[in-house]
Amino acid sequence: MRFKVEVEVNGRRYQREVEPRLLLSDFLRHDLGLTGTHVGCEHGVCGACTVLLDGEAVRSCLLLAVQAHGRSLTTVEGLASDPEQLAPLQQAFREAHGLQCGFCTPGILMTLVPFLAENPDPTEDEIRLALSGNLCRCTGYQHIVDAVLLAARKARELSGP
Amino acid sequence: MKPAAFDYLAPQSLDEALAALGRNGSEAKVLAGGQSLIPLLSFRLAKPAVLIDLNRVPGLDFLSERADGGLSVGALVRQRRLEKDPLVARRAPLLAEAMPWVAHPQIRNRGTLGGSLAHADPAAELPALAVVLGARLRLRSAAGERWVTAADFFVGLLTTALEPEEMVVEVEIPPLPARTGWAFLEVARRHGDYAQAGVAALLTLDSEGRCREARWAYLSAGDAPVAAREAAAMLGGEFPSERLFDQAAGLAAEREIDPAGDIHASAEFKRHLARVLTRRALTTAAARARAAAEASPGGPR
Repeated sequence: MRFKVEVEVNGRRYQREVEPRLLLSDFLRHDLGLTGTHVGCEHGVCGACTVLLDGEAVRSCLLLAVQAHGRSLTTVEGLASDPEQLAPLQQAFREAHGLQCGFCTPGILMTLVPFLAENPDPTEDEIRLALSGNLCRCTGYQHIVDAVLLAARKARELSGP
Repeated sequence: MKPAAFDYLAPQSLDEALAALGRNGSEAKVLAGGQSLIPLLSFRLAKPAVLIDLNRVPGLDFLSERADGGLSVGALVRQRRLEKDPLVARRAPLLAEAMPWVAHPQIRNRGTLGGSLAHADPAAELPALAVVLGARLRLRSAAGERWVTAADFFVGLLTTALEPEEMVVEVEIPPLPARTGWAFLEVARRHGDYAQAGVAALLTLDSEGRCREARWAYLSAGDAPVAAREAAAMLGGEFPSERLFDQAAGLAAEREIDPAGDIHASAEFKRHLARVLTRRALTTAAARARAAAEASPGGPR
């Protein structure tokens, strides 16, 4: 049995027919070709597959593609408006060495987008708590925290008085 | 594809969902937030013939104050809302305090109250909270409905009083008595992981400042949430003190819980954690109960 899934991803509309058992993470990667969303543990531990569902950070490996029917998604591909120009959060990760292998980075970025919108001036502790559901095996997290602090500071300066 | 094949039903009303569950019973699984069920499907530990997705059923995500000052919560209310809604903080502060400990923000955005209770993982926070809060669950089937207390709902490991054709639709949380304090504490290796030990506590003082009633329950301490009974009874009529709380905590940790050792923590260490967390939780709850008593000294006895 196949089901029609109509979704908006990064502002673009897609329509596909899928089996109901297809995970949203696999739908994004295999059916839509959006391989920026990474798949690590595939059971909700590592956070690498985090995307935004109607603006909220969710794990795409813990949703079925059919559940996204009629909803709006944002993936890491949707952060920068131009492939040549990193989004400010991505730029901060680059400048502060917030990634090494980069496998966990898409999930971390997508976790941070709503977090920073809600907490424009976070403390280090708040950042660590917000990222508790995202595993990184390279950085030891310190540079990630630095990158988030940098991104938040730059955003405040831009929107400042 | 990781999960085994299943038929997918996305009912548009509760009646439609209950009829589907009535038809398929034990062959079916109900999908709420899916934060435990989807991994079970992906590991093929669960292979239901039919998946009934409640997420398009309207009217299961209400959160309202009851006439008695308690809360009425729809089964599909997301955990993130329990964490953030000021009504929960006001009327069920124990629940609000505990929610940030439930997994991670990405999980709480999807995970539901009813789903966590129906899954009945003894390491989860919400079942223990429901027991301590004296919550009642409204279970519905196509044939009718019944109310079950949380204490009766949790039967064993991942096992509840739900019949195959029933689902949780509502959770009722009674108001806190006057002069009541609360505390939730847990220890996990990484914030958001399943706790090695955790305790949810409520403590009510009488007008003289003695313990009138103490209730607490543990997560990760047995096959289901474990309520302290003998130890809780020790406190009745006594003035709060560190020594009393430590004795009660010691009794509960030695005699009332049955934690399983694992690669990260031995059973003995978990008992130690439970004892320390209990003492701290009772101390915090007593302080908050005193603050509540001072805030409204003329409150009902």
